[in-house]
Amino acid sequence: MSILQDANREQISRRRKTDWVLHILFVAATAIGVLALMALLVNIMMDGLSRLSPDLFTNYPSRMASKAGLKSAIVGSIYMVLIMTPLSFILGVGAAIYLEEYANKNWFTRLIQLNISTLAGVPSIVYGILGLTIFVRGMHLERSLLSGALTMTLLILPIIIVSSQEALRAVPRQRRDASFALGATRWQTVSGSVLPSAMPGIMTGVILALSRAIGETAPLVMIGALTFVAFLPNGIMDSFTVMPIQIFNWISRPQEAFHELAAAGIILLLGLLLIMNFSAILLRNKYSKNL
Amino acid sequence: MNQAKERPGITSISFKNKKTYILDRAMPLFLFLCAAVSIVTTIGIVYTLLSETVDFFRKIPIFDFIFGTNWSPLIAPKAFGILPLLSGTMLITIIACLFAIPVGLACAIYLSEYAPTRVRKIVKPVLEVLAGVPTIVYGYFALTFVTPLIRTIFPDTGVFNALSAGLVVGIMIIPMVSSLSEDAMQAVPRSLRNGAYALGATRFEVALKVVVPAAFSGIVSSAVLAFSRAIGETMIVAVAAGATPKLTFNPLESIQTMTGYIVQVSLGDIPHGSIEYGTIYAVGMALFVITFLLNILALWVARRFREEY
Repeated sequence: MSILQDANREQISRRRKTDWVLHILFVAATAIGVLALMALLVNIMMDGLSRLSPDLFTNYPSRMASKAGLKSAIVGSIYMVLIMTPLSFILGVGAAIYLEEYANKNWFTRLIQLNISTLAGVPSIVYGILGLTIFVRGMHLERSLLSGALTMTLLILPIIIVSSQEALRAVPRQRRDASFALGATRWQTVSGSVLPSAMPGIMTGVILALSRAIGETAPLVMIGALTFVAFLPNGIMDSFTVMPIQIFNWISRPQEAFHELAAAGIILLLGLLLIMNFSAILLRNKYSKNL
Repeated sequence: MNQAKERPGITSISFKNKKTYILDRAMPLFLFLCAAVSIVTTIGIVYTLLSETVDFFRKIPIFDFIFGTNWSPLIAPKAFGILPLLSGTMLITIIACLFAIPVGLACAIYLSEYAPTRVRKIVKPVLEVLAGVPTIVYGYFALTFVTPLIRTIFPDTGVFNALSAGLVVGIMIIPMVSSLSEDAMQAVPRSLRNGAYALGATRFEVALKVVVPAAFSGIVSSAVLAFSRAIGETMIVAVAAGATPKLTFNPLESIQTMTGYIVQVSLGDIPHGSIEYGTIYAVGMALFVITFLLNILALWVARRFREEY
């Protein structure tokens, strides 16, 4: 009997030891992600903070690193968001409303749904090829702000649709029933009752999708966003540049001074994204209790 | 609205306001058109890629493209074999996945099974931040931090190399593996764990023998998605992996990926309609087909092998 107990005790202590070792390993693996983020931030801060000055906002790109700035890129990014926001909002939320509130559950709806989830996984550079062929060449929009914004709209559409669908799905059934019971039509129900209560969730998704678009580089390289734009775009048909494109251009140069500029630009870009993400989280927290 | 059609008597009562009536009738059509944009996008992608690719294969035999071991479309003697670009892409992807899948999975197990709620509440948002960092920023990180680090260990590493780009692509996809796998683990019912604990299992045994098998379809699907994401990643490899297509599996050498090639060409001034221009579409097509199949596979695995409780 005691021999059995001893063997058992030994086995238990071995298993506990395995558990303990693996616990440490799991913590270490988790730390890798956190440490990588810290290394990335510290590296960029150390390279870029010294170049973070008002000149970065007011100067146009230049062949001389000491004079170069991000003015046209910042303005280009802002214009881009201004064109993209209404487009992607209407199309994305519209598609989500159709799928959640109107569509019959038939094969065609399932096809659209499957299509949206696969579109979300298409590499962004493929959207660039699409934009180059359809918008730049096919519709003769040339290498303009409009071409870029349309391409980006298609890119973020799946993200907006999926997050809006989730927001709509979270609206309780009773809200719709109550509205129908009062004699409202389907559209009155959707626009007057369902949409307002899903709006915080939808906005959160839209902001996150837009912040993805602001940092996206590859499709705009394909579209042919220029890297040397010494003017501000006057209209939607003008050529343009955006922050990530300018940063990419600076990274590609061998000189150390341009790398510092790139790091300063990255600090700006990350700051902007941080503000957007933070506002999305605030929005979510503020309204999530009211549902 | 269907009821209104069947009972015309009621129509006149409930739709006194003409505008309301028209809106209620027109909106579904408009919303349907919004949803149709996604279908049109897919058709657009397939059509543009296919039409130019077919054109390209009229000039270059498809066999030479798929099995050719030399890729030199811009410099004579010209050669159009995609294998070097494919091997470059695979090298990056394999490095990234060898790094990210074990780390991401361990991370998910820790967050789901071990971590106290407080730690989880802090670590999860941090990993989400990692997922939101623009890829161009990762490119900078690879070039100015990871590459010098590798070069202090292996001094004869090139400025552009596959290892650095691959590791950073790995960092980029860790959050994807960890959050999707964790979601799958969280979906495993509490009672299964409690049953195992009641039999005297340790936390590791519960995680490995109960939770991971039960969440296996979700975990595999997250790994496949991450793999596909790594194949399509563009800016990190364009910045840090180099621009020399070659058939090598030495991670310390400069290589070129499919995405990297497309970026390189589009930065230059290639005349529309030339063979060089066609290569963008042929390579883009290969990229699209591979990622598309992987995404479908991920969806299928998640559905087919899901354990229902």
